[in-house]
Amino acid sequence: MVVSPPCSELMKSLQEGKFTFTGELEPVKTTSVHEVVEGAKILKGHVVAVNVTDNPTAFAYMNPMVPSYIIQRDVGLEAVYQMTVRDRNRLALVSDLLAGAALGLKNILTLAGDHIVVGDNPQAKPVYDLDSTGFLVLVRKMVDEGVDLNGGKIEDPPKFCVGIAANPNADPLEPEILKVERKDRLGADFIQTQAVYDVEVAKRFMKAASHVRAPILIGIAPFKSLGMMEWMVKFVPGIVVPDAVQERLRKAREKGGKEGLFKENVEIFGEFIHEVKKTTNAAGIHIMAIGFESIVPHIIARAWVA
Amino acid sequence: MIIVKEKPMENLVEMTKDLKSVLVVGCNGCAGIYQVGGEKQAQTTSMLLEMASKIHQGSLSKTRHATVLRQCDKQLVTMSLRPIMEEYEGVLSLACGAGVQTLADAFADKIVLPGNDTMFIGAQERELGVLHELCRACGNCILDETGGICPVTRCAKSLMNGPCGGQAKGKCEVGGWKKPCAWVLIYDRLKARDRLDLFSRYRPPRDFRVSQPPRELGGVAEGKA
Repeated sequence: MVVSPPCSELMKSLQEGKFTFTGELEPVKTTSVHEVVEGAKILKGHVVAVNVTDNPTAFAYMNPMVPSYIIQRDVGLEAVYQMTVRDRNRLALVSDLLAGAALGLKNILTLAGDHIVVGDNPQAKPVYDLDSTGFLVLVRKMVDEGVDLNGGKIEDPPKFCVGIAANPNADPLEPEILKVERKDRLGADFIQTQAVYDVEVAKRFMKAASHVRAPILIGIAPFKSLGMMEWMVKFVPGIVVPDAVQERLRKAREKGGKEGLFKENVEIFGEFIHEVKKTTNAAGIHIMAIGFESIVPHIIARAWVA
Repeated sequence: MIIVKEKPMENLVEMTKDLKSVLVVGCNGCAGIYQVGGEKQAQTTSMLLEMASKIHQGSLSKTRHATVLRQCDKQLVTMSLRPIMEEYEGVLSLACGAGVQTLADAFADKIVLPGNDTMFIGAQERELGVLHELCRACGNCILDETGGICPVTRCAKSLMNGPCGGQAKGKCEVGGWKKPCAWVLIYDRLKARDRLDLFSRYRPPRDFRVSQPPRELGGVAEGKA
């Protein structure tokens, strides 16, 4: 097994055993990077690195490579360049990886990507030339052996840290764990999970994945509005939001309006992080607060004192 | 079996509206077995086209139906249809795409039209009568590794190393969590056989050259090689 030297600030933090926070930004259907840069400025100093999403839920948005680069250059915050195999065959993957490395990107999150049919161009042809596991192997080969999948030599090979995603909410969980183990064995450097709202789900997952070598960052996604929460409860069957959490947020919104909701989010997720840190061997937390970056420093601060 | 689906009658009427005579040809192969493109359907379609033409005062005045044992057999098609083909300007095939093209090739001077949409290779679930896609003819079968359940066909992303994050309670996000996640099915079956080693194995990316159209197989050239 090849153990990569710290190839990024993110990996350095994880390898040093620091409880690590990462954030997430979402370039949308625009030619402006203003919003993501402003979001990155808020996150800087609170998270070690920030993921930049790649056509999330299969909506055609700005390629994350450019905002990843600009955030690193102008804000000084390290990016995690998310890449899906949904929209790229192996030629396009290699090509984007080389370009990303040329721009100084350090971290790649290798994803399958939500299926085309749930997105805004459902008529499109899905690619899936590789799956996310094959993609991970491709990046590993490029980094470790300086070759592509066919053994084609790469001049000045990239030095990426390679992340994978996992879903602690998966039911049944065992096939998900076997998949994570497969990717762990193949050389994943770090793992970021989908959003978890029930601390018991996080604990169960961390226990099941206890023999996984790669450090795991548990995902959270605070609710900017009650509408977002209700949508998630109704339409994302994989995600369990405990009734108690829903009730607390509803009451807070009723009593204290938007500010009340903000504060209750800070309480709930602060406690969640504290509990995860105390009771599991999670390496950190991945905070997905899209368009809600302002809450991230508060949640992190609350987590330390919880 | 190759599963076909009849095109809406209005499409068939539109397709044939400039023709004076049409021979509707059914197929007793795959298309006939699930009663989409067999003898009876050819007969009904032929009658309906003529009726529609009368109602709309169209040019189509002469139709007839015939059925071929297998429309994808050029010799069979030529032999059985040649005696009657002369009299018709156009042919509406109720076979799969292979049958339509075989007909078009056998009678290159005729206007050959598709009466069906060819859907997939599959089989029927008896109780509900639902036809399921089971094989994508990928050219590299791995059913020995996946408990007899094809991930190339039955996983919406054709993952070789599933499942993905889009399954909940064993159902797939594609189609609104109604269809089973193929990789959960594979997991269940391999677990029951105590063969999770097969599940955990890394399956490298597919070689798409074997599924690159147009494919061909056998023949004299390959035999000699």
